Amino acid sequence: MNVLLDHWPEFREGFIGTIWLTLASGLLAMLLGVVLAGFRVSPVPPLRFFGTAWVTLFRNTPLTLLFLVIWFAVPQVFDLGLSPWAKALVVLSVYTSSFVCEAVRSGINTVPLGQAEAARSIGMTFFQTLGTIILPQAVRTVLPPLSSIFIALTKNSAIAGAFSVTELFGWQKLLSDKGFPIAWIFLWVALGYLVIVFVISIFFRVLERSLEVAR
Amino acid sequence: MKLRKSAAVAATIAALALTATACGGESGTAGDKPKDPTGGKNAPKLPTYAVKSGVKIDSATLKAAQKAGKLVIGSKDDQPYLGFQDTSGKRSGFDIEIAKMVAADLGFKPDQIEFKTIDSGVRETTISKGDVDLYVGTYTINDERKKQVGFAGPYMKAGADLLVRKDEKSITGPDSLKGKTVCSIKGSTPLQEIKKPKYGAKTVELAKYSECVQQLTNNEVDAVTTDDAILKGYAAQRPNALKVVGKPFTEEPYGVGMNKDDKALRDAVTNAIEAHQKNGDYKKAYEATLGLSGAAFVEPPALERY
Repeated sequence: MNVLLDHWPEFREGFIGTIWLTLASGLLAMLLGVVLAGFRVSPVPPLRFFGTAWVTLFRNTPLTLLFLVIWFAVPQVFDLGLSPWAKALVVLSVYTSSFVCEAVRSGINTVPLGQAEAARSIGMTFFQTLGTIILPQAVRTVLPPLSSIFIALTKNSAIAGAFSVTELFGWQKLLSDKGFPIAWIFLWVALGYLVIVFVISIFFRVLERSLEVAR
Repeated sequence: MKLRKSAAVAATIAALALTATACGGESGTAGDKPKDPTGGKNAPKLPTYAVKSGVKIDSATLKAAQKAGKLVIGSKDDQPYLGFQDTSGKRSGFDIEIAKMVAADLGFKPDQIEFKTIDSGVRETTISKGDVDLYVGTYTINDERKKQVGFAGPYMKAGADLLVRKDEKSITGPDSLKGKTVCSIKGSTPLQEIKKPKYGAKTVELAKYSECVQQLTNNEVDAVTTDDAILKGYAAQRPNALKVVGKPFTEEPYGVGMNKDDKALRDAVTNAIEAHQKNGDYKKAYEATLGLSGAAFVEPPALERY
């Protein structure tokens, strides 16, 4: 208990750091992921190829390796000039977006093809079809996997701690280096993550309820 | 900007190699000849330590080790000249020598020592659980740690210093870091000092010192900070690219960690360190390890008994 009380400011900083990084990269991943899913179901071959390539590359690369590439490999070719936090945001968003894309795409695939055909037959464009007919129906199916993706993102953000970003896991490093009892430190860190993950679960559960549809 | 495919590929391979090598400073820049830690013909030789027999000390830890016929010692494996393990599994460095001389006085031959690599974060847990009998590896004695483990020593006084590029002119010590970027391990003590507003430095925190050294040679950061003993090891590996500033700004007395309540063992280890300091083994061990990095021998600090 003392560990937490004596180092409350650092803990709070780490906790807020984790929330902030998760939220920012979650939103960015969501945007990127939906656009990519649009690419992958679009009638334009180059876009489809781009979406497929993106997902294949970033979903199959370990997250730590992506961090190492942006930190150590990219600067040798050209200078990005990004802060450590911005690097973490880019890596986490890009990595998570490939998972979001696949979740959204699977949601789109649950909407019967007849729906799209009906929309086309009354003269809707591709974007109208996607935006007003398909996505609203796909959203319900997508929510549970999305919830898992964001919970995973919360935990993945810990890797940013090893790359100069202030977050919960870094607090553990700081205190165990000073020699405080490690079991207590881990307990508080775990509780910190639990709180965040719990909020995400509740948020998605509420969304699912409100979007429930009588089939 | 001309993005050359081969450069990008090479850079990616370099990143992959980074993940594959756990030990730091292995990838030297062109033109660097890492000094051979085993030394040339005229290099100082490692001393051999006379192994005592019939050692009787009222220590539970030692009795169990004598029964098992081996002493388990925790150490580091990624600090050149201090605690290093090469690819063949051979361990070398000043901390390793300290471990050997202490073990000899406790009645264990070098081949009866089992070294275990222990990560900094779990040192206290490993020692109090009894997974290792002793721990020798840049272990700074402090009050918080004394609540959990016992310390014999200090056998060496290190201090936080700065590692910079060879051609660096503007960094002469911690007070000249305004606007510079300094790298260290996440949560390390020297970085907490450098973070203070009075220095005006930017900080980068990574998982390994080798990553920091890589950032330094990539010109991404201007300095790396940690204990001078560790930095001298890296500087010695790349004498043409890196140097240590030599203005220590903290005090880090290194001790041998062990079970908190085993006073008999603690006294025995302190006696062993003292004996080897007096008979010259300590200095010889230094000259043949850390001394190779060009760092002059410093008289060891006064031992504390409690």
